[in-house]
Amino acid sequence: MSPQLLPRRSLRFLEAVATPHGVDSYLEQIDPLLVAGECRAEVVGVERGTEESVTLTLRPNRAWQGFRAGQFVNVAVEIDGVRHQRCYSPTCVEGRGATVEITTKRHPEGLVSNFLVGRAEPGMVVGLSAGEGGFQLPDPRPASVLLIGGGSGITPLMAILRTLFAEGYEGPIALLYYAPDAERCIYGEELERLAAAHPNFQLLRSYTRAPGSGELDGHFDPTHLPESDPCFAEAETFACGPPALLDAVRGTWANGLEHRLHVESFVPPTFVPVGEPGEGAILFSQTGAGSGVEVANSGASLLEQAEAAGLTPAYGCRMGICHTCTCRKRAGTHKNLITGEVSSAPDEEIQLCVSAALGDLTVEL
Amino acid sequence: MTTATPAPPQAPPLDLAARPTTNPYGLTAEQFEQLGEEMNAIRQRVLADRGQRDADYIRGIIRAQRGLEVAGRGLLWAGVVPPFWLAGTAALSLSKILDNMEIGHNVMHGQYEWMNDPKLSGKQFEWDTACPADQWRHSHNYMHHTHTNIVGKDRDIGYGILRMSEEQEWKPYYLGNPLWAALLATFFEYGVALHDLEVERMAEGEITLGDKRELLKGIGTKVRAQALKDYVFFPALSGPLFAFPLAGNATANIVRNLWSFTIIFCGHFPEGTHEFDEAETENETRGQWYHRQLLGSANLSGGPLFHILAGNLSFQIEHHLFPDLPANRYGEISVEVREICERYGLPYNVGPLHRQFGSVVKKIGRLALPDSPRSLVRGLGGAAGRAGSRLLGLGKRSVLALK
Repeated sequence: MSPQLLPRRSLRFLEAVATPHGVDSYLEQIDPLLVAGECRAEVVGVERGTEESVTLTLRPNRAWQGFRAGQFVNVAVEIDGVRHQRCYSPTCVEGRGATVEITTKRHPEGLVSNFLVGRAEPGMVVGLSAGEGGFQLPDPRPASVLLIGGGSGITPLMAILRTLFAEGYEGPIALLYYAPDAERCIYGEELERLAAAHPNFQLLRSYTRAPGSGELDGHFDPTHLPESDPCFAEAETFACGPPALLDAVRGTWANGLEHRLHVESFVPPTFVPVGEPGEGAILFSQTGAGSGVEVANSGASLLEQAEAAGLTPAYGCRMGICHTCTCRKRAGTHKNLITGEVSSAPDEEIQLCVSAALGDLTVEL
Repeated sequence: MTTATPAPPQAPPLDLAARPTTNPYGLTAEQFEQLGEEMNAIRQRVLADRGQRDADYIRGIIRAQRGLEVAGRGLLWAGVVPPFWLAGTAALSLSKILDNMEIGHNVMHGQYEWMNDPKLSGKQFEWDTACPADQWRHSHNYMHHTHTNIVGKDRDIGYGILRMSEEQEWKPYYLGNPLWAALLATFFEYGVALHDLEVERMAEGEITLGDKRELLKGIGTKVRAQALKDYVFFPALSGPLFAFPLAGNATANIVRNLWSFTIIFCGHFPEGTHEFDEAETENETRGQWYHRQLLGSANLSGGPLFHILAGNLSFQIEHHLFPDLPANRYGEISVEVREICERYGLPYNVGPLHRQFGSVVKKIGRLALPDSPRSLVRGLGGAAGRAGSRLLGLGKRSVLALK
């Protein structure tokens, strides 16, 4: 469903007179939210729940396509002139509503999380993608739901909870929530309110650094399950959190129950180089396609390695001048062979001819 | 070969200074090395310092350009009123100049790619001119910037139709050099668009139009969209008064053509810029590359507004040393580059527009004529030879036809 303010013919005429820049590039000079071809959102609410986290209410423009409960969206912010993009799970009721809510926790070295926690304010405009990812509440709704969350992994689970309650869901729901202590329990008050209001919702918290103060104690353990729901094996289970939690959960669901388990890993982005020149593997992927060519990293420039693998990316000067070979790095750490600059940022334009991989790297040719 | 007369022996160089040489100022190997390091240091420092102010700068220029364009189109819609026509044409000319020079040229160099904004990605940007952006990126970013002033490789030397270097052998065709230059200046956007067609190689019969089919298709699509916008759609909005916006749009395109031709020809052709030889520049070091860019380019002096309208190509030297640094930094860098030139005893070619362009005009005129009686003979010989062989070919063909 695309937003259609004008008849198609008028739109085509407008695009023809706005060539080559397009109508949006004029509209955005009046208001960045007026564009039709790109989803952007205005920050309309900023709530700093804890010292370490912030909840933002975003009002998307007409290009917003919505999300399903459990999915994540890409949010792009500009910091010191550079656009950075990160994934966040909206915590609100699913759909294409007027506002979207996201929550982020401060990572010690996280550029974007520190920026949002410290400097986000109403009026700021951010880029926003449609919901992505297979971690989502299925349709029709399952008969019973078990949610397992660790730390900020609570966010997609909040969207599932709120969506279910908004729909008047009557099946049993249990939430196992692992947080360091009560202060760092995001959405603590709201969860208590929900548990008090909905007899079909069982809230079980474990404060891993404050034993004895929650309904459960310690890290995830299969013995936590019977307390939550004796029929956990029949419940559709959604788990989100740090890798250790997910590993423990996966181990428990290993006996033919895997199909009932949906997991989403919340790994903070890497900020330090993870490898050395010549280590790891390089994946040359094709735009849009899932497949690609993987080679062992020899340490040579990405252009030379792509060519050695029989690929033919566009190139020009081969000395970092002409930008003909610029491609988008999806993940990994690269070093600029001319400046020596090392960067681990995901989704970055890099010049193949003067970039080498430090460890595993994925680049889209 | 097509010459009927035997090629005369190679004439000895008449003027040594004008001959291409890779090292006219006698730098030592260590000096080349140091020069490279000093230039790399400047580059690295600016790269590390890029940030909000550069982002704000380019967005500000884009904002000004969009504003000027909308104002220009609006005024020209009512272009029947003379002051509106004049103001509208001026605004649209400025808009097109900003779009092509300070925005298009610089963004397509990848100068703002570090911002990670898809709209400012060098690979995706399109500009308000006849030349398709992807073709420009090849002919300009790669061919011209990598092989700057190497006669035979850098197609910006004369755009395939002018004689801009003594190294291009004189032919009677070049008697029209000033006329061809005036035509190129007036229709510069099409000259740039046809850059990669290599018309001179077609004239020599080395390639045919068919070899360039894909290229022509790209040019055709772009030229059509541009022409429809400027010469059909916008005039049509004025109904029976269509002639006023039509004339205004055409004038704006020509003003932009003349201006960009003037600035661009002042970049590499004023007296004192050096040319280089393909064989001698093989395997050059980074230091030698910087040195070639320095000696092959010339700057224009002027105020801040002049530099913006020139797309900062008035800092052609700095642009050629660091083609992918944000253009708004060239002015600052130029102070250091000049100081480096002084220390190494290298010339730093800078002058006001009238002087630099004057010397370009003089060169266009001088090179219309043969450099010496010998080159006249050779040129005429070549022409006669070509004409002869063509006649011969015709003869053969008619004989075959008779058979």
